[in-house]
Amino acid sequence: MTNVKAFAALADPTRREVFERLSRGPRAVGDLAHDMPVSRPAVSQHLKVLKEAGLVTDRPDGARRVYQIDPRGLGQIRAWLDQFWDVALDAFKAEVERQAAKAQDEPEGDNP
Amino acid sequence: MSQMIKPAPIVKSFTVPANPAKAFAVFTDGHGRWWPKTHSIGDSPLKEGVIEPRVGGRWYGLLEDGTENMWGDVLAWEPPSRLVLAWRISGHWAYDPNLLTEIEVRFTPQSDGVTRVDFEHRNLERLGEGEGAMQIRNSMDDGWGLILDHYIAAVAG
Repeated sequence: MTNVKAFAALADPTRREVFERLSRGPRAVGDLAHDMPVSRPAVSQHLKVLKEAGLVTDRPDGARRVYQIDPRGLGQIRAWLDQFWDVALDAFKAEVERQAAKAQDEPEGDNP
Repeated sequence: MSQMIKPAPIVKSFTVPANPAKAFAVFTDGHGRWWPKTHSIGDSPLKEGVIEPRVGGRWYGLLEDGTENMWGDVLAWEPPSRLVLAWRISGHWAYDPNLLTEIEVRFTPQSDGVTRVDFEHRNLERLGEGEGAMQIRNSMDDGWGLILDHYIAAVAG
């Protein structure tokens, strides 16, 4: 699921660094790698993961490839949270139902 | 000036077969019995979610290795009708004590031992704040209006 991927992608500190650098504006790979303590292939790899997670997009610019943040990635975080709460609240509801069923089996009721 | 990004709050309503006091108790005291084990941050698996029963109480995940991962805290503790929690997990999926998004849960009695639960997670626009986010907004000022429209459509949809 893309939204889980987005969180997982940002869990890596170097990748987060790449993401945050991109948040200042679109940059080419070589440009990004220039002032980071990791190799250009490593930066490319991080960008690939960020792209797969839907957090950045890329476009060709002559011989270069320019990356930029995809702000829809933030929308995905909301969508992810929405689903997060569906799962959590379903579990809450199921627990209340389970206890209600148990209370019916044990007629002494809610008060212990 | 930058366009304000304002994602709609996440809103959920449903009923549970219990009175409000019981529903409130399951949500809070019984947090560890239903909070999904998948809903956690940190390296160790989640043992249980915990809400400390008072205003200012901590809301955290107790991990199998004994560490506690803070998620937020209790802003309003009004059993049996209302609970407000601060959710301080950023869009970068890390606890940030300076981040405040609010979760409000209201428990309203219906007929016959049934309670309506109204859930809202709001201030989601703040998830995009912090270190990277000011810069995200700045980049948007540089002609990202169109993409921003897509973003707003995505979060509103």
